[in-house]
Amino acid sequence: MSLTVKRKSRWPIWARRGLMENVATAIIAIGFLMLFQPFALALYTYSFVTMLAGTAMFIIVSKFPE
Amino acid sequence: MLNRTADSVARATPEPLARKVRGISDKGLAWLFISPTILLLLAINIFPLFWAIYLSFTNFRANRPNEVVKNLGLANYKRILADQDIWIAMQTTAHFVFWTILLQTLIGFTLAWLIDRKFRGHAFWTTIILVPMMLSPAVVGNFWRFLYEPQIGLFAYAVSFVTGIPATQISMLSNVSLAPWSIIIVDTWMWTPYVMLICLAGLRSIPEYIYEAAEVDRASNWRQFWSITLPMALPFIMLAVLFRGIENFKMFDMVNLLTGGGPGSTTEVASITLKRQAFESWRTGYSSAFAIILFVAVFGLANIYVKALNKVKQR
Repeated sequence: MSLTVKRKSRWPIWARRGLMENVATAIIAIGFLMLFQPFALALYTYSFVTMLAGTAMFIIVSKFPE
Repeated sequence: MLNRTADSVARATPEPLARKVRGISDKGLAWLFISPTILLLLAINIFPLFWAIYLSFTNFRANRPNEVVKNLGLANYKRILADQDIWIAMQTTAHFVFWTILLQTLIGFTLAWLIDRKFRGHAFWTTIILVPMMLSPAVVGNFWRFLYEPQIGLFAYAVSFVTGIPATQISMLSNVSLAPWSIIIVDTWMWTPYVMLICLAGLRSIPEYIYEAAEVDRASNWRQFWSITLPMALPFIMLAVLFRGIENFKMFDMVNLLTGGGPGSTTEVASITLKRQAFESWRTGYSSAFAIILFVAVFGLANIYVKALNKVKQR
C-alpha cells in the first residue's frame, strides 16, 4: 500500500478554478440575457460589457489551479 | 536486404541534402508539416478577426477606400448598444434561436428514439429523414418559397384542407405574425435530421447490459427512459444544441431567401441587420463593431456550454 501526501497549495481557496469559473459563467449568462431581453434598453446597453468581462474572466480563471 | 536498400539510397543521396534532412529534429519536421495549415488559418481566420477588431474603432467605409480613416474610439459600440432597431433585431434573433432549438431538439430526439427501436426498414427511413439536411440552403429557401405561395403553394393548400381557411388567404411570408414562423418551420424541417443523427449516435452508445440489468430489477419502460436513456444521451443532446445554437445565431441564408427580413422588419435577425449595415449602407467600421458584439455573445455562450458539457460527461 502506498501513501501519497498531497502538498498543500498556497493558492487562496476563494480563487480556485471551480468557484471562479462558476462566477465567470454566471456573469456571461447574465450578460447574455441582458443582450436578448425585451424589457429595458439600459440592460441591453450594458450587456456587452458584462459579457466581455465574464468571457475575459473565464479565460483567465480557467488557468487557475483546482 | 532492407538494410542494404537503405544503405544504397543513403549513398545515392547527395551529401549536402542528406546532411540537411538529417539535421531536422522531429519537432522541426512536425512544424514543417503543420506550418502551411497554420499560415492558412492565420490568413483566413485570425487576421480578419483582428482586422475587424481594428476597424470596429474606426469610421472606415469599404466603398470609400481612399478616404482618411478616423479613429472613433468606442463610439461605434456606444451607438450600437443604444440603437433601438438593433435591440429589436437581437430579440428577433433570440426568438428564432429559442424556437428552432426547442423544436429541433424535441423532434430530433423523438425521431432518434424511434429509429433506435430498429423496426423493419429503419435504415431506409433514416436515409429518407436525412435528405433535407443534405440539400443546399439556397435550394431549400427557393422551393419553400414556392410551397408557401398562396396561389400555387402546396403548404397553403394543406393548411387550407385542415383548417378550412381559403388557401389564397394563407400568405405565410407576407403576414406579420406568420412570417417568423415560416422561417422557423423551414429551419426545423432542414436541421432536425442533424440533431436526430447526433442523438442517434448517443442512443446507440448506451450499452445493452444496462437495460438488461434494469429489466432484471423490473424497471418500467418509463423509468428506464428517465434513468438510463435520457441521462446517458444528454451530452450528445447538449452537443447538438450547442452546434445548432451557434449556427442559428448566424442564421442568414434562409431568412434572406424567404423574407429578406420583411415584412417590415419582423424577421430582421442580427445577421440581416449586419449585412444591411455592411453592404447596403457601407458602414464597415460600425458593422465590424456589431460583428464583434455578436462574436463575444456566441463565444461566451460556447464557454458556458462546454463547461456544462464537461460536467455532464464527468457524472
